[in-house]
Amino acid sequence: MATANFASVKNGGMDTFGKITEICLKYGGEESYLIQILLEIQNEFNWLPKEAMLRLQDELHVPLPRLYEIATFYKVFSLIPRGRNLIKVCTGTACHVRKAPVLINRVIQLLRIKPGETTDDLRFSLETVGCLGCCALGPVLLINSEYHSNPTTSQLEKLFSECL
Amino acid sequence: MVRKIKAPKDLSKLKETLLAKRNVVKSRVVVCGGTGCLAYGSKKVFELFKEEIDRHNLFAEVELKNSGCHGFCENGVVVLLFPQEICYLRVRVEDVAEIVSSTLIKKEIITRLLFQDLNSGERIAKEAEIPFYKHQSQLVFGSNRFIDPKEINDYIAIGGYEALAKVLEEMTPQEVIEEVKKANVRGRGGGGFPAGIKWETTRQAPGEIKYAVVNCDEGDPGAYMDRSIMEGNPHRVLEGLIINAYAIGASEGFIYIRQEYPLATENTLHAISQAQEYGLLGKNILGSSFHFSVTVHRGAGAFVSGESSALMAAIEGRVGQPRPKYTRTAVSGIWGRPSNLNNVETLANIPLVINRGADWYSSIGTENSKGTKIFSLVGNVNNTGLVEVPMGTTIREIVYDIGGGIPGGKEFKAVQIGGPSGGCIPQQFLDMPIDFDEFSKVGAMMGSGGMIVMDEETCMVDVARYFLDFLAEESCGKCVPCREGIKQLLAILQRISRGEGNEGDLSVLEELADVISDASLCALGQTAANPVLTAIKYFREEYLAHILEKRCPTKVCQGLITYFIDPEKCRGCGACLKNCPSEAIDGDRRQIHVILQDKCIKCGICADVCPEKFHAVRKLSGEPVPAVPLNREICRGEN
Ligand SMILES: Cc1cc2nc3c(=O)[nH]c(=O)nc-3n(C[C@H](O)[C@H](O)[C@H](O)COP(=O)(O)O)c2cc1C
Ligand code: FES
Repeated sequence: MATANFASVKNGGMDTFGKITEICLKYGGEESYLIQILLEIQNEFNWLPKEAMLRLQDELHVPLPRLYEIATFYKVFSLIPRGRNLIKVCTGTACHVRKAPVLINRVIQLLRIKPGETTDDLRFSLETVGCLGCCALGPVLLINSEYHSNPTTSQLEKLFSECL
Repeated sequence: MVRKIKAPKDLSKLKETLLAKRNVVKSRVVVCGGTGCLAYGSKKVFELFKEEIDRHNLFAEVELKNSGCHGFCENGVVVLLFPQEICYLRVRVEDVAEIVSSTLIKKEIITRLLFQDLNSGERIAKEAEIPFYKHQSQLVFGSNRFIDPKEINDYIAIGGYEALAKVLEEMTPQEVIEEVKKANVRGRGGGGFPAGIKWETTRQAPGEIKYAVVNCDEGDPGAYMDRSIMEGNPHRVLEGLIINAYAIGASEGFIYIRQEYPLATENTLHAISQAQEYGLLGKNILGSSFHFSVTVHRGAGAFVSGESSALMAAIEGRVGQPRPKYTRTAVSGIWGRPSNLNNVETLANIPLVINRGADWYSSIGTENSKGTKIFSLVGNVNNTGLVEVPMGTTIREIVYDIGGGIPGGKEFKAVQIGGPSGGCIPQQFLDMPIDFDEFSKVGAMMGSGGMIVMDEETCMVDVARYFLDFLAEESCGKCVPCREGIKQLLAILQRISRGEGNEGDLSVLEELADVISDASLCALGQTAANPVLTAIKYFREEYLAHILEKRCPTKVCQGLITYFIDPEKCRGCGACLKNCPSEAIDGDRRQIHVILQDKCIKCGICADVCPEKFHAVRKLSGEPVPAVPLNREICRGEN
């Protein structure tokens, strides 16, 4: 999904740009919704391609550096393509004291990427987050939108193999 | 099409109709759909209940409900059965058919799904008698279990929006403020600032346009009560917000929700549109002359954006950095207009204050901390989850009576309260009451209510390093003391945890901490040193062991430990050899395995995979690694 859209952005695909216009229209083209608009664009492409940022600049009449200021300040935005499956490991306090570092190590060994990295085949991206908000289940790992409580190595292997 | 509720009396009529409908139903099944239970598959459990209830033709007499979080998250999926008030824990799809045929139809209790007391082995059927719930008083959080968060009628049926009706019908804005002041509701988002006083400042600040804002950024790692309120009972927060808006004279409001909480956003948006349909938001609310509308803003992942001025900058679509507070945001906030910001839990308390009165509310708690506080009781404790207790309850009561103590027979070491701005409270303060001011006295802070229990295996150098790591990453970089100071604190702690600390380090840490506290722009920097300072204050011995003896007493700090395979215990099964990511294990079948220390990256996987029955991998700290035996053969027949 992500890669397909990325390709069409590269070719300046009309429908992709149409999507950006649509998102801006939804928010009335209002600059105050900039963060919300960027979130939706990222939802659409899985990352923030430069072409999308250029288009947004024209749509909202906001200078490009301001767009990048926001896109680099907030942690959820990614300026490089991310994998089709996003793995987030919680490093929050509750998870930390329940041995989240061990869980992260396990994931790193299995996926062979470090937090912040993406596999070459764009299958997985690995990130760590401050808290996923289900601290009672710690240590917690999020695969796309599913939470998993303290999975073992073999459970992880199975879960990852189900991610296409 | 719903009819708009045009006057307060129509609201009470609606409530009566809803209650009358409810009485027809014989029993009710509530499946928790909070984030914790969702992770354990509560969606599927709910669907299966629906199928089974249909299959047995029970739909006329059994009402099935999906609710928000009840608090006992680790034991999900939680299922409640009314009117018996039976509480089933850890329910899985396999159990559903049996619950319907045994408990719903034959009225038989399934013992294995009941709570079991760890000490006595006793099973407890009634929810209210489970120790985890018995010692709580869930004034704010308790209604979650009666409400489908997507259903406004559920909230109205239990008296929802009655406080709003009362306010609009009987009270002037100033009277509302007086009531909140008298109740002495203090902010639950961190600082404990009196809500009534903030409301009054906003009301009196010059300007036609004012804003009412909800803080659901909940960046404090380890705390998730705001999420569970917002997801489980969004109307209660909305009601509090509308009352707040009426009191300060705002006609527009914002709810700022962190990006990591998609379900909270979804349920809030849904609640807003339902409230609009019912005429509880929008123009002429409940037939009065008061107008109010709300917009939801999602955060984008920045802890500092939870700070008031930063949050308001984010709502304006800018980078969420704090500004100096010569003028408060209550006077000059969003677009320079007076803006009142309150935490989710603070606002969820407001309907209670209005309905039951300030006198009743302020009869709960301690002299200067009123009402209840929700804590997320997590970490090394038997019963983890969200707990709501009256202010004045002791930490011991929370950890032992509600939490059931420390798992695995280990010792209690400390409880971390207040997140990155708070501190570690040691054993000797276990009998301290929950109170904003008492916490400050010992160097901690109420914060948003994360209560992370740590057992004897937790290293206090590591915990302080952990928080500094978090804060160094989250500092927005605008002011020098915070940006550079935290980095330096972190560098020193990293050195100590690698075994490269020296004697002067502790006094440098303390000195640096003073400067950062005094000179930082916002509370992130001003409180950043709390976790380190309390750790040094209460666990000085442990710091000295790291610095002087190069030893981590709890064997946590990677730089100070070595892994070692006990030759007496190794059975040469090869599990560690196969799983070691850095080829640091030498061994063969029927041969004692040995860790090659120069290749070991100390990931701990070998200890993780070594079979329980052998338990051969040990951690050492501050002692030399024993020599490898010359003969590494393991005799046949020994395993
Ligand atoms: C770095 C930082 C992060 C904060 N994060 C939050 C937060 O996530 N949620 C919250 O309610 N308050 C947070 N606060 C406190 C807010 O600035 C503000 O005091 C609070 O939302 C006011 O609401 P209350 O008076 O109802 O507590 C934070 C403060 C700082 C300095
Ligand atoms: S600390 Fe990991 S989910 Fe909150």
